[in-house]
Amino acid sequence: MPIAQIMLFGFAITNEINNVNVAVLDLSKDVSTNSIVNKISASSYFTVTQLLESQNEVESIFKKGKVKAVIVFEKDFDQQMRNTGIAKIQLLTDATDPNTANTINNYITSITQNYAKEINQDIQLPFQIVPESRMVFNPEIKSVFMFVPGVMTIILMLVSAMMTSISITKEKEMGTMEILLVSPLKPYQVIIGKVIPYVFLSIINALVIILLSIFIFKMPVQGSFFLLGLESVLFIITSLSLGILISTISETQQTAMMISLMGLMLPVILLSGFIFPINSMPLPLQVISNIIPAKWFIIIIKGVMLKGVGLLYLWKETLILLGMTVFFILLSIRKYKIRLE
Amino acid sequence: MSVRDENIIEVEGLTKAFGDFKAVNEISFVVKRGEIFGFLGANGAGKTTAMKMLIGISTPTSGKAKVAGFDVFTSAEDIKKNIGYMSQKFALYDDLTVRENITFFGGIYGLKRQQIKQKSTQLIKELGLDGVENQLVGSLPLGWKQKISFSVAMLHEPKIVFLDEPTGGVDPITRRQFWEMIYKAADEGTTIFVTTHYMDEAEYCNRVSIMVNGKIEALDTPQKLKEQFKADNMNDVFLKLARG
Repeated sequence: MPIAQIMLFGFAITNEINNVNVAVLDLSKDVSTNSIVNKISASSYFTVTQLLESQNEVESIFKKGKVKAVIVFEKDFDQQMRNTGIAKIQLLTDATDPNTANTINNYITSITQNYAKEINQDIQLPFQIVPESRMVFNPEIKSVFMFVPGVMTIILMLVSAMMTSISITKEKEMGTMEILLVSPLKPYQVIIGKVIPYVFLSIINALVIILLSIFIFKMPVQGSFFLLGLESVLFIITSLSLGILISTISETQQTAMMISLMGLMLPVILLSGFIFPINSMPLPLQVISNIIPAKWFIIIIKGVMLKGVGLLYLWKETLILLGMTVFFILLSIRKYKIRLE
Repeated sequence: MSVRDENIIEVEGLTKAFGDFKAVNEISFVVKRGEIFGFLGANGAGKTTAMKMLIGISTPTSGKAKVAGFDVFTSAEDIKKNIGYMSQKFALYDDLTVRENITFFGGIYGLKRQQIKQKSTQLIKELGLDGVENQLVGSLPLGWKQKISFSVAMLHEPKIVFLDEPTGGVDPITRRQFWEMIYKAADEGTTIFVTTHYMDEAEYCNRVSIMVNGKIEALDTPQKLKEQFKADNMNDVFLKLARG
């Protein structure tokens, strides 16, 4: 445990950025823009993954969430710089994660400034490269846009997984589970009965959080409200099935609580991309983050609320959550049967 | 006593193995309808495992067993409808009242609303629980809880009641009262299958089986067992057997 913790805190919990994917839209393709792009991709902070051809591609690439930033060079960049002394770069950053967006902005700005300094050494009249930044999806860089999806995920996970696992293990501990199993009730009826109150509780929770974030924090719901609801219900069911799984492997309420806290809360906070960007983590942690349902749910909520995208962009994440749910349920049934034998 | 010549539990060569370890090793016995059958054994002798197979929550490894006419392999669900069960842990909901508990368990066994109402009124009266029926069960003394627990297990008028160490930790007077309830149920034709640690209670049973290391080493009326093992009481019989 302490080893895992120090590794997590050392590597994952960093606000620095690393290998962030960016795209470049170079409308002039001259000497200067080339060397700036080279500088950017040479740094360890960024990886240039895509070269765009037109302005039209920018929107869809952001919606897909493949890059965190797009750097746009204006037409005749080099000429502008030499004639007027001022050239403009447009920096578009995905601000669904405001902290990272800010850091990306600062880093790219300093890279361009460096370049300007280099060429200014030989020339009398100082050139200026002026970055113009725009925060996409969250123009005011409100950090609440980051916290609402995260907090919603944590609360749904907490209520659904932890409460379910605790309440089922409570029945085991008290011995009432045995009585219920001896009764004509089928095991699945018992479990569904245990789970239903938490389904309602979680749905109400989700609704309250969404309403509060809309009316108090003025968070937009760009996409379909209906889809947001459906995805939330899906995540609630994923968490519930995780809770059931936990209850099949733990005998006491305390164990269930420990597993829920250590096994769910910690990864949800640290590895889901809620606070710390996943792209900046070392590769093993990035791989691990994929098995955390919360990661996918956060992508989904941000997608629906901030980017206004629909299932067309989110089908992959939705399928993953669905797959995880089925997996957890099947595993619980298996575990449960083994225990009965 | 109204023991009838009709087998309600038939067990033959019933075995439960966990890997190489046989927790229950080819046990065979029959229980007659209306009988009070004592199922004794030291801790870890395999009593609870054997009982779990009979009440349909654990599948036997091999052997045959019929409970209330149903096969434990194929008709566990039918068995569950025809039996009552009281576990060694007191297992009603502490945070429900007496009446709520009765209603809940009545509902689980598919009793109708009207029946539940009538039954709970009758039960509360019989147990002398007037005035506390709306108290939380958690606040009642253990002896009362056990009696309620037994009555709840009898709520749906099962053919057989399985009692797993029902009187653990209860004072002698309450135990006495508890056995009176058992006798009354047996008189009405219910078969009682009871495990216990108290050897004086073993004397109350019609017939007694003693399990040692997964096997039934003795099975007869308390009287005959005492003669067979030349002992004054069941305690000595048990000690002679358990020590080998």
